[in-house]
Amino acid sequence: MSIALLAGPPGGQGMESLSSHQQRLGALPAVPPALIDSIERSNLRGKGGAGFPVAIKWRSVASQPGGAPVVLANGGEGEPLSRKDRMLMEQRPHLVIDGAMLAAGAVGADEIVLYVGADHVGAIQAMHRAMTERTASERARLRLVSAPVRYVSGEETAAVHFINDGIALPTSIPPRPFEHGIDGRPTLVQNVETLAAVALIARFGDDWYRSLGTGNASGTTLVTVGGAVPQTVLIEIPQGMALADAVNAAGGITSDCDAVLLGGYFGGWVESSTAWGLPLDADALRQLGYSLGCGVVAVLPAGRCGVVETARILAYLAHESARQCGPCTFGLRAISAAAGRVAALTPTPGDLEHIQRWAGVLAGRGACRHPDGAAGLVASALRVFAAEFQLHEHDRRCSVASLAVAAS
Amino acid sequence: MSDRLAIGIDRIKCDGHGVCADLVPEMIELDDWGYPIIRAGAIPPSVLPHARRAVSGCPTLALRLQRVAARR
Repeated sequence: MSIALLAGPPGGQGMESLSSHQQRLGALPAVPPALIDSIERSNLRGKGGAGFPVAIKWRSVASQPGGAPVVLANGGEGEPLSRKDRMLMEQRPHLVIDGAMLAAGAVGADEIVLYVGADHVGAIQAMHRAMTERTASERARLRLVSAPVRYVSGEETAAVHFINDGIALPTSIPPRPFEHGIDGRPTLVQNVETLAAVALIARFGDDWYRSLGTGNASGTTLVTVGGAVPQTVLIEIPQGMALADAVNAAGGITSDCDAVLLGGYFGGWVESSTAWGLPLDADALRQLGYSLGCGVVAVLPAGRCGVVETARILAYLAHESARQCGPCTFGLRAISAAAGRVAALTPTPGDLEHIQRWAGVLAGRGACRHPDGAAGLVASALRVFAAEFQLHEHDRRCSVASLAVAAS
Repeated sequence: MSDRLAIGIDRIKCDGHGVCADLVPEMIELDDWGYPIIRAGAIPPSVLPHARRAVSGCPTLALRLQRVAARR
């Protein structure tokens, strides 16, 4: 594929300069009058995790009263298992900026904030250098902001809150950013990969974009494949590709594997027997009850216990709670503590039942979706690792640890 | 249909005083830490006066009545 998000000079060469970007793809086109219609036909979904239809979001921002809108290109990428946004910005910053410019033109925004996680040093450098290569009038509309290193920093209300007040914590909705965002103006918060896709759709059309997908799926998507593969890699795949094919494209599995974490910490565990055949397509996965999330495929290696890994992720999510809402603050802390005891083979009576009950009433009970993400992860773990959880709680045994002992 | 009301909550404002669950137990129960779990959907007409009292009685003013369609 010569035209794609990651096409161009080999990734190892770092940032693509403006001249080679323009040579490869042509100059940034004027904003097509029917760009939003074209995006709608392309079936583009937000790539930040929620998968919201892009055209609907843009129309909502464009039709809001309340002053000229602002575009926030979201490269916060707090998900620990994901690499896609930082690597896209490192390698193809001009594609992201093009997309943000097009978004600004389409919704009538005069200001663009490029919001990049402070720990993504290479991405910040590349975005900064890319800005200096732009014309003075383009530069005047662009502002680069580094986001605090924190899981919730990339949540859209947290991003807006940080730009406005320097506090990267979620705020209550309503109002949502599209109604009342940066400086009180309607704000389009859009993931950087989504914007990069727009930069291609505006140049080559929605028919072309759709044709990149497999079957009914449209376009390409960036996937970070990690775990039991030779090394964690970022790949761009035709949307709809089978998960097994994506893992093979990443070098194939390096050990037997019982489960895959699909979608990252906000996604869920899937038995490998089911996982291999799943299409990596946001819409199709949602219909099947799974989530592509931010495109993470993490293969659980043999010798790693799913209960232990789940407890580890829950400890992280509990720690990363913004601690603004009671159910998330206390519920996640309690679930994490109980899961930690079960994982360590030191359960107290009722731990497993508590985890199930507490996780069952977590969804929808925070200002943001942090508790929902954790609840989904727990539900998937209890289903996929049901036998292992039972073994841990009732017999105080871990089959993986037992195997290790038997093998030694 | 447009005036069917549900209970909405600002989760950040809520401090878990639990007054609401006393005033409108038909719609609200408390979790193990005292934070409200609100039944989804429209408030039955007979319960509406209790819901209004819960909204006005919340010590942190975290509750509101909202159109069912606006809820998420």
